[in-house]
Amino acid sequence: MSPSASLREIALTPVRVVMGLIDAPLRALQKRTGLSGMALFFLAPNMLIFGIFVLLPLAINFVYSLTGGSALFLPDRSYVGGNQYERLFDCSSYLDPLTCQEDAFWTAVSNTFWFVVLQVTFMILAALVTALILNRNLAARSFWRAVFFFPVLLSPVVVGLIWRWILQRQGLLNFILYPFGVEPYTWLTDRMWSFTAAVGVSLWAHMGFYALILLAGLQAIPKDLYEAADMDGTRPARVFWRITLPLLMPNLIVVIVLALIRSVQVFDEVYILTGGGPGTSTLFLTQYIYETGFVSQPRNPGLAAAASILMGLVLVVLTLLQLGLGRRGENKGKR
Amino acid sequence: MGQIKLTNVKKSFGAVDVLHGIDLDIRGGELVVFVGPSGCGKSTLLRAIAGLEKITSGEIAIDGKPVNDVTAADRGLAMVFQSYALYPHMSVRQNLAFGLENSKMPKAEIKERITEAARMLEIEPYLERRPGQLSGGQRQRVAIGRAIVRRPVAFLLDEPLSNLDAELRVSTRAELAALHARLASTMIYVTHDQVEAMTLADRIVVLRAGRIEQVGSPLDLYNTPANRFVAGFIGAPHMNFLQATIASVTPESIVVTLPGDHRLEIPSKGSGLVQGAKVTLGVRPQHIGLGSGTTGANQSIPARIRLVEALGSETVIHADLAGEKMLVVVAGQHRLTPGADIDLSLSAAPIHLFDEKGLRIEHAV
Amino acid sequence: MGRTIGFILRRRGGKFWHWTDIVTWVWLIGGLLIMFGPALWLIFSSFKTPAALAEFPPSILPYASQQVTVQGYDKPLVLYDVTLPDGTTKKLAEVRRIGLFSQMVDPQTPGEPIRVSINDRKPVRALSFATENYTEPFVHFDFFRYLGNSVFVTVMATLITLVVNSMAAFALSKYEFRGRSFAMLIILATLMVPLSVIMVPLYSIISTLGLFNNLWGVILPTVATPTGVFILRQYMLTIPDELIDAARMDKASEWQIYWRIVLPLTAPALAVLAIFSVVWRWNDFLWPLIVLSRKELYTLQVGLSIYSGELNVQWHFILSMTVVTMIPVVLVFIFLQRFITTGIAGTGLK
Repeated sequence: MSPSASLREIALTPVRVVMGLIDAPLRALQKRTGLSGMALFFLAPNMLIFGIFVLLPLAINFVYSLTGGSALFLPDRSYVGGNQYERLFDCSSYLDPLTCQEDAFWTAVSNTFWFVVLQVTFMILAALVTALILNRNLAARSFWRAVFFFPVLLSPVVVGLIWRWILQRQGLLNFILYPFGVEPYTWLTDRMWSFTAAVGVSLWAHMGFYALILLAGLQAIPKDLYEAADMDGTRPARVFWRITLPLLMPNLIVVIVLALIRSVQVFDEVYILTGGGPGTSTLFLTQYIYETGFVSQPRNPGLAAAASILMGLVLVVLTLLQLGLGRRGENKGKR
Repeated sequence: MGQIKLTNVKKSFGAVDVLHGIDLDIRGGELVVFVGPSGCGKSTLLRAIAGLEKITSGEIAIDGKPVNDVTAADRGLAMVFQSYALYPHMSVRQNLAFGLENSKMPKAEIKERITEAARMLEIEPYLERRPGQLSGGQRQRVAIGRAIVRRPVAFLLDEPLSNLDAELRVSTRAELAALHARLASTMIYVTHDQVEAMTLADRIVVLRAGRIEQVGSPLDLYNTPANRFVAGFIGAPHMNFLQATIASVTPESIVVTLPGDHRLEIPSKGSGLVQGAKVTLGVRPQHIGLGSGTTGANQSIPARIRLVEALGSETVIHADLAGEKMLVVVAGQHRLTPGADIDLSLSAAPIHLFDEKGLRIEHAV
Repeated sequence: MGRTIGFILRRRGGKFWHWTDIVTWVWLIGGLLIMFGPALWLIFSSFKTPAALAEFPPSILPYASQQVTVQGYDKPLVLYDVTLPDGTTKKLAEVRRIGLFSQMVDPQTPGEPIRVSINDRKPVRALSFATENYTEPFVHFDFFRYLGNSVFVTVMATLITLVVNSMAAFALSKYEFRGRSFAMLIILATLMVPLSVIMVPLYSIISTLGLFNNLWGVILPTVATPTGVFILRQYMLTIPDELIDAARMDKASEWQIYWRIVLPLTAPALAVLAIFSVVWRWNDFLWPLIVLSRKELYTLQVGLSIYSGELNVQWHFILSMTVVTMIPVVLVFIFLQRFITTGIAGTGLK
């Protein structure tokens, strides 16, 4: 036996003992309940935890949104009907967040909207270009793939701090721009630049993930199609538009909807980077919900729940969109 | 030991009935083959006996004891699966030991049994290997070994040879027959290949669409198929069937009219053969001879050659009889050209007759 | 040599550089700088002293002014290269600065102070790693405790996730029972439920269960991941049912079938899920931030965010702790990258 195998034996022995001890009572259970009973036994722990921590909150979230006050526990809260929703939608003009009673909510909605539009557009373009380039006949392809994938694993807090450090006054960006005669600038105190930074940083952190999915899609396109096109003397641009893009479409749709869903929930790295500021220039929906429900004094869980339900509706629509488009894409894939 | 009795066993998946009341008595030590086309319920029947499928109604008894409510583990049977179902993450030895460990057998005895089975199946050199490192034939032996070490009341084998190449299949078949002779224990063997059934079985059970068509020894089925289905299923190439009408009946023989208005006289003592009745005439390709034109009248039929396959030891002739296809297998080599006319002699052939429902009509001389 | 370069710089074909070759290499080199640059900058910065961190323009590598102990002075003095009025240069130590002038001494002859214009002196600097950035936070900020909390949360959550998800996946892939399709439907429908949609009621449930300010309150809501059940089930569906029948014939109990047959054969999928779970739980931020309000319970991510949100950010400590927080993920990245990339490509999860 090799040393690694015997090490594995040693590591596995306690597991064996535990599993073996569990076996006797479970055999008795199996005798009583039969196979379908055992199926429920295997399913139970997951479903129990899932029910308590996902399904139950999902169910009572709506009830929360119909109650008022700052009390946390549902029985202590007073029923206010649709007041929370009315409050969220109380605006003189929906085009101007400042005319709303909950101006922070509408600012967050508007910020999130523009963030989603910009981030997803640039993300998809960058991911597509990256995937196309990585799909070329590159030497050390897995190295290059790793280069673009690296930030994906970093925690949002680390990402936020890295970029906060780069964008500060004595930071790397000013250092790079200095020789070109740009005066050192505190980028994150500027409304426009901090929003740009939020988009850029989240792009940096997530682009590799989407590029990877697209790359997998590209690699699944049969090589002989390209060879056939080559034999026909097809120009490269035409190959891209008529072969690559249509066959990549199912993956592209998945990537776009996934990016939309994630982008709507933007929070962690931007929160660390800018804290939502300056002012409310990078305040996004999740941060609004978090601060309304947990940070503001007095906190307002009902309002936060109402806002989270509205956000949930957007996500449901996007998910359905994915399921619908995904099915169509699949059919297309089958031709 | 090893008697298995099925009484009116039925099985349905939802609204679909898969087995329609199977009655079968398997004697101890017998090798019974379930054969039939795919989807006939033979695998389901085997899995029902194994205890892997719960039957809807009826009774399964092993050695006189009903086992309907006994789990697969406790029926004392062992099974060899079509895919072998060897545990890929365990060595061959662990594969053989797994079932024995589960029944808390002392280690020494497990070791002894594995050694014995390994010697019998000649798999000793591979005991420490994983199934993935073995060839198809070796895996097959391990799968059988896993059954043997259990010393089961009966062996259940689900198409055990179907994943082997043709050559290996023939040799393994012979080994299986030898193994059965040596172990002398009950074996139930499922296959869709009638050659396997013929060569291995003490008795063959022919199944179709969830019903038993016929039970009997291989030669019984070959010589006196109970119906058109069994006649067509057993024997290779398949029996030729011709639509015929009984033209006349005498105490010694009958005369039938074949497609193309050919007349054929068949020696017969049959009762229940009525003039004008429509029957199906069946004759095996090997039983047809090549006539020389001098054969007695009404004993041969003229046909046209469509295709000739010269296999050396025998010649397969695809012939055309007034639009009906006929297959003829004659020994030796013959110079024949497609398009030529020949006489097919049926004088020496056992002729099978089936009524309109496809049931056999006894007319033996 | 020329051949190697030729291989690395393979082109689209032909002798000349096609425009796509140029775009490719610009994109790759640019990507290399942009993706790795910030992390490297963070690492270099984390070894700088507070003084060096406040400098502009900054140096790339951590330099520190050299100091000398001079006889007659309690504290070490900073060493400077000084250009003397007669044009010669000398290494002098600064005693104190008075307006535009600096009072300096020669370390060899500490008795004679020299007055020098501050424009004529430059600090003597050498590459130096401020390792105290790494050692001090463990003492000052309980970073050991945060590290421990993070490890605890990550390990426990991953173990429970693997056990609970694999059991459920086993039930959903290998048994026929009533309610199976319903359970599958629920799992598929909630694949996309994010924390931000349920955080208010989830918080109240956690509090009701007494799990507020408890690491288990961070762990439990994350372990029953639909994603995990989904990928494990997909994998288990590829295990032939005959194996399970064979085990049943071999007198194995259902529990044995689960852990002796199905679990070992699901190892590749379990490994992928384990890696993802470790990365997810290590990086979790918003939920721990909500559940944990007592300092001694913070995870690394929460601790970092709290300290970096203070009015007077001690960047030299924050940067080094960011590096520490990054290490496990970077290790995972270096050693298990292949697993992760194929895992993502195959399942589309993150």
